[in-house]
Amino acid sequence: MRYLPLTDTDRAEMLSVIGASSIDDLFVDVPAQARLTGKIAGLPTHASELAVERHMAALARQNLSAGEAPFFLGAGAYKHHVPASVDHLIQRGEFLTAYTPYQPEIAQGTLQVLFEFQTQVARLLGCDVANASMYDGSTACWEAIVMARRITKRGKAILSSGLHPHYVSVASTMAKFTGDALAHEAPTLDAATDIDALIAAIDRDTSCVVVQYPDILGRIADLTPLADAAHAVGALLVAVVTEPVALGAIKAPGHMGADIVVGEGQSIGVGLQFGGPYLGLFACKQKYVRQMPGRLCGETVDAAGKRGFVLTLSTREQHIRREKATSNICTNSGLCALAFSIHMTLLGEKGLRTLATLNHGLAVQAADRLAKVPGVTLLNDSFFNEFTLILSKDARDVVRTLADRGVLAGVSLGRLFPKAPQIGNGLVVAVTETVTPEDIEALANALEEELA
Amino acid sequence: MTMLKEGRPTTPEPVKDAHMAPATATGNRALMLEEALIFEIGSTDTTGVDFAQAPTVASRLGTLARTDAIGLPGLSEQETVRHYTRLSRQNYAIDLGLFPLGSCTMKHNPRLNEKVARMPGFADLHPLAPQSTVQGALGVINELAVWLIRLTGMHGVAMTPKAGAHGELCGLLCIRAALEARGDARQVVLVPESAHGTNPATAAFCGYKVEDIPATPEGRVDLEALKARLGPDVAAVMITNPNTCGLFERDMKVISDAVHAAGAFVYCDGANFNAIVGRVRPGDLGVDAMHINLHKTFSTPHGGGGPGSGPVVLSEALAPFGPLPYTARMADGSIHLIEEENVGEEMPQSFGRMSAFHGQMGMFTRALAYILSHGADGLRQVAEDAVLNANYILRSLDDVLDAPFAASGPCMHEALFSDKGLAEGFTTLDIAKGLIDEGFHPMTMYFPLVVHGAMLIEPTETESKAALDQFIMALRSLAERAKAGDEALKGAPYHAPRRRLDETLAARKPVLAWTEPGLAQAAE
Amino acid sequence: MSRYFTDEHEWIDVEGEIATVGITDYAQEQLGDIVFVELPAEGTTFDKGDDAAVVESVKAASDVYAPISGEVVESNSALEDEPALVNSDAEEDGWFFKLRITDASELEGLMTEAAYKKFVAAL
Repeated sequence: MRYLPLTDTDRAEMLSVIGASSIDDLFVDVPAQARLTGKIAGLPTHASELAVERHMAALARQNLSAGEAPFFLGAGAYKHHVPASVDHLIQRGEFLTAYTPYQPEIAQGTLQVLFEFQTQVARLLGCDVANASMYDGSTACWEAIVMARRITKRGKAILSSGLHPHYVSVASTMAKFTGDALAHEAPTLDAATDIDALIAAIDRDTSCVVVQYPDILGRIADLTPLADAAHAVGALLVAVVTEPVALGAIKAPGHMGADIVVGEGQSIGVGLQFGGPYLGLFACKQKYVRQMPGRLCGETVDAAGKRGFVLTLSTREQHIRREKATSNICTNSGLCALAFSIHMTLLGEKGLRTLATLNHGLAVQAADRLAKVPGVTLLNDSFFNEFTLILSKDARDVVRTLADRGVLAGVSLGRLFPKAPQIGNGLVVAVTETVTPEDIEALANALEEELA
Repeated sequence: MTMLKEGRPTTPEPVKDAHMAPATATGNRALMLEEALIFEIGSTDTTGVDFAQAPTVASRLGTLARTDAIGLPGLSEQETVRHYTRLSRQNYAIDLGLFPLGSCTMKHNPRLNEKVARMPGFADLHPLAPQSTVQGALGVINELAVWLIRLTGMHGVAMTPKAGAHGELCGLLCIRAALEARGDARQVVLVPESAHGTNPATAAFCGYKVEDIPATPEGRVDLEALKARLGPDVAAVMITNPNTCGLFERDMKVISDAVHAAGAFVYCDGANFNAIVGRVRPGDLGVDAMHINLHKTFSTPHGGGGPGSGPVVLSEALAPFGPLPYTARMADGSIHLIEEENVGEEMPQSFGRMSAFHGQMGMFTRALAYILSHGADGLRQVAEDAVLNANYILRSLDDVLDAPFAASGPCMHEALFSDKGLAEGFTTLDIAKGLIDEGFHPMTMYFPLVVHGAMLIEPTETESKAALDQFIMALRSLAERAKAGDEALKGAPYHAPRRRLDETLAARKPVLAWTEPGLAQAAE
Repeated sequence: MSRYFTDEHEWIDVEGEIATVGITDYAQEQLGDIVFVELPAEGTTFDKGDDAAVVESVKAASDVYAPISGEVVESNSALEDEPALVNSDAEEDGWFFKLRITDASELEGLMTEAAYKKFVAAL
């Protein structure tokens, strides 16, 4: 029991201080019929570090990791190179094994990082303020819809067909219980986004329009007309960014009039991790800050007049407002926010722009090459590092067959939209700086053989 | 002989008051280094990352190229490492010492867990990768799920909730879905006064009306008051067990039976599962849903405020309503991921998806490594040592600090004290800040709300007797100073990176992002 | 002009059909440093006892109830920039909002200043 420091001698001494004759005396309040007398049956006993590591390594070996194959998956989770110093720094015990900074005098490290993180996120998304993070992009998106309802006192949200279908699912799950009305349809395979349709759908009952940028098919469009249309009837524009690296190359949603911008921060510093933990980004205009969910860090001074940081505006939160809180969220995604912030500091604006340019350049090369494969059409006019190919047959089958050949080809629209078979030939392909020219050739050749 | 008289003196002069801590020119104090913000030391032209040359292509960004100055400063790699290393040293952490935050279970975080989570086979996997390529990852989820089900004696488990509060949400959504499936529109959730704030917030978020249940003078749920309130409008009762006063709810089974007889469900807040893991199964107490904070009981790191992970174990009545996606082991040994596509035939009553992907995989690998290391025998020892350590603190200090429920029997894994008996004008906050100077993280303060000036101390099982004895000595000294009215205590902490911070100023004039000093001045 | 008090620690000045509402000096002292006041919009109508405003200290948020029924005709915008006014001058400059009284008979059940002082002394 390498993690348990008490010896039997310690235990005996401590029991005598307590005045108990055995450990069972301390569990007297448990009803007799619920007391377990020995270890639970059917479960193994303790194991050495070596044995556990072997067991876990054997499970890990059954997976084909992104780094082992030509890899083109995106659709809300992106593989980027994370500098070695990021993972080193987040493993410093003072960050890794600290708690939420409730005692600010001995948590200035975490607090200053959060203040820097909030500023980085606000600037990247083009907003006035950002919070200290949410669970992930999908839950941040739902919280934005709820926040828009609080601000506008209206209950109808219009979701773009280009919004990630899992984000739509999360919102639909919650709306069933909260009574919010959500309008949504599956996307169509057009080069243009659905912005015109969204503008036409906005009315005086609309709390917000939720639009993803770039969208699930990789398309990008100017959000300004949409923001204007929403504001004209007192509705809000919520923009969702699942690939924040894009904002090193394309305009920030906040600068196109979005009132709330949420996102998935995973692609900077966090890594793929099979879906979690991830990092929900949440930013908005200054005037809405008191309606924001989640933790906020603010600047102040200490009793000696030195600058310092504290968690602030906490009266919005559950531990004070209880059933009147803006959200039930009790945590942020602190360590992921730290990873994001360190990676962003290493990049700086110059590095971020270089990274974005590299992603876009490789994606353009890949799109042009893949579009030459017989049976493949490129859907997008415009894109950043992700685009949609229309194949001559169902993309689900193609993805599975290519995986068996060791090529991770992308995400099929059949997997994302199982109820929309009409778009089942669509394949979403992401190309980041981790993709090599050889990878692109490997995908092109495999597609060529599979579609022949 | 040579008489070399030059060189450094090797015996320090005894410290006199005149030699005490003069201010330094830099503001640094030896190893305690001040650190400016990245916005003050970095530049947008600096980067710590090198990239390959981008290919020259015609842009496909349309008219949307970003041309504004974003304002993101960069640092070289060396400066980055130094910036964050310096900041890290302004934090207290479990790695430094005892961290007795009640209700938070700050136990040692084994480094094997970190190593395992970083294996590329887990860390470098895409959540939408074809199922044939992620069988090992699905295997981890499935294996952890089996452990959680058996340790709690429940029927099923929802793995996707991303934190404890998210797990509460999951549990209540299952309850609501189950009630709706039988056409029962109940509107009220009962929550004890001593509950975590997340309980009423979650119930309200799901559209329920929240009502308090009173506590008895001995710190437990008032069974008679609860029974009297039960009726056809009550959907669920949310109970924390062991409760936030550090006591086991003796009547839990009776409560569950009464709740079930009234047609409602029992939600158990599992934040304090560490006290009973391996010794009591919530399933034997009639619980219908309970979240498990993997970051508490199963030692995934708290990371300065998340990420957590909050799987929810479910009774047979609730399991069919759990969220997507989930894993199922097939007869041939392969593991299937059940998503929207195949849910119809597998679990038609699922309430749907509550986060984008599969939950906190990085926490699952860590928790599984921790569970396998302890085994069923070790986990039982975990609960026993956690409870032993808390009772040792309770009985070692109840002569100097008021322990409001000391007569209610042994505590579980938390010892609760109040501010009764401190000198006029002295508060729990003074004792907490004094602990900082003594080198400890303070206990949870002013929670639960049912005790005045509450101090909730959870030592966890990973503290040695020597560490506990030192903590007891420090807290005893502080209690004595607060009872004697030692004014110096009100200035604490003296030795931390910062003195007490002005939270009023922060809330009245919120500064939530950095602005260039010129701009900030112009705005005033 | 006459001033009334409630057992929820609010004061009401009545002048014709307009009532000015604030929280008492006793209440501000109990709350500590006020950091934010959320005020009702002009035109909002309240029944007696409705949640009308929220007053926040660093660690607590308290609801202020409408002491009588009425329609909001003005809110104290000075509190937006300077919530500390509630601490420094709760019963004058730190007023919250003005109501057009719907039912003057509701005033009958309220306390006089002397009665309120007695009420507070007994707490």
